[in-house]
Amino acid sequence: MSEQNQHGGAEPQSQHTEHEHHIVSPVVYLTIVLILFVGTALTVWASYIDMGPWNPVIALAIACTKATLVVLFFMHVKYSTKLTKLTVICGIFVFLALIGMTLSDYISRAWGRW
Amino acid sequence: MSDSPAIAQGAVADAAHGHGEHPPYQRHHFETVDQQADATNFAMWLFLLTEIMFFGGLFTAYLIFRNWYYPAFVAASHQLNIGWGTANTAVLITSSFTMAMGVWCAELRKKSGLVLCLVLTFLLGLVFLGIKTIEYHEKWEKHHIPGMHYSMKSFTDPASDPEIYAEYHDKPMALDMARHTELYFFLYFAMTGMHAVHMIIGIAILGYLIVRAQVGDFTTGHVTYIENFGLYWHFVDIIWIFLFPLLYLISRHQ
Repeated sequence: MSEQNQHGGAEPQSQHTEHEHHIVSPVVYLTIVLILFVGTALTVWASYIDMGPWNPVIALAIACTKATLVVLFFMHVKYSTKLTKLTVICGIFVFLALIGMTLSDYISRAWGRW
Repeated sequence: MSDSPAIAQGAVADAAHGHGEHPPYQRHHFETVDQQADATNFAMWLFLLTEIMFFGGLFTAYLIFRNWYYPAFVAASHQLNIGWGTANTAVLITSSFTMAMGVWCAELRKKSGLVLCLVLTFLLGLVFLGIKTIEYHEKWEKHHIPGMHYSMKSFTDPASDPEIYAEYHDKPMALDMARHTELYFFLYFAMTGMHAVHMIIGIAILGYLIVRAQVGDFTTGHVTYIENFGLYWHFVDIIWIFLFPLLYLISRHQ
């Protein structure tokens, strides 16, 4: 395993600057985690108010916001390569397309007989 | 692992290629450390996409069945304890934060900081599972686990379950609808159970990472393992971010 080489491996060859490795600071992490706590409190609070059909909509909107923050900052997608960004967006798109097609099937089969 | 020199002997290197020219954790089939980091990051995301599809199927099933058997799903979800659910959400978010801080420590080569963050994440993961166990145990006692001993009594005769009744005042449900509450609990256990399995796997990997971090394996500039494990841990957090409102919260008033 360990050769005791002293070059340390610190800097990746510096002529390769197409994508600078970005280190996200603790301040950003702290801000995000605080927003996530506020979001959690908000969604619990909102569930105690009767908004009829809007309760699930609000809950999902808050959940999506929280998930987006986690993906962008905790998972560093905001600072990632275009390849990673494209991969994430493609994944979400395919996921929504699959859910959308499944639901459209369920809705349209018993059309008018709900 | 990363520093085995034997791979890809006569690859592209123009001349004899000594190890003084690149960090020991760079594999020989990559030209640069950056390329290696990008490739592994891409692969990790592809894996996470398959996980999204996997959980997505469960979420879709929940969505459709909730619409079909709406009264049963509403009454059954009243059985979940919002207090425990909120506590677990807070625990998991905090563990995501300590994990993110772990990645930061690895980047800045702070060994003791990294070990501390990983241990905290490990412990918070265990707290999450502990709370989940309390909740599962409650379901066990009330015979709300799908199967031979499943009981619909809380739904056909809500007053027999005074704690929940005091809060929600659910009306007694006809038998043919009440039996669908079992489907709610089946999905509840499938979804939170698969989530818990991911937590257990994550905690096991964390144990391994803690041992290697203590030896200093991840504070030499080699952050790939820590970073990609972080992606996994945050992904598990995201699943819970959706499970919590969908299972616990959205039916409170219906």
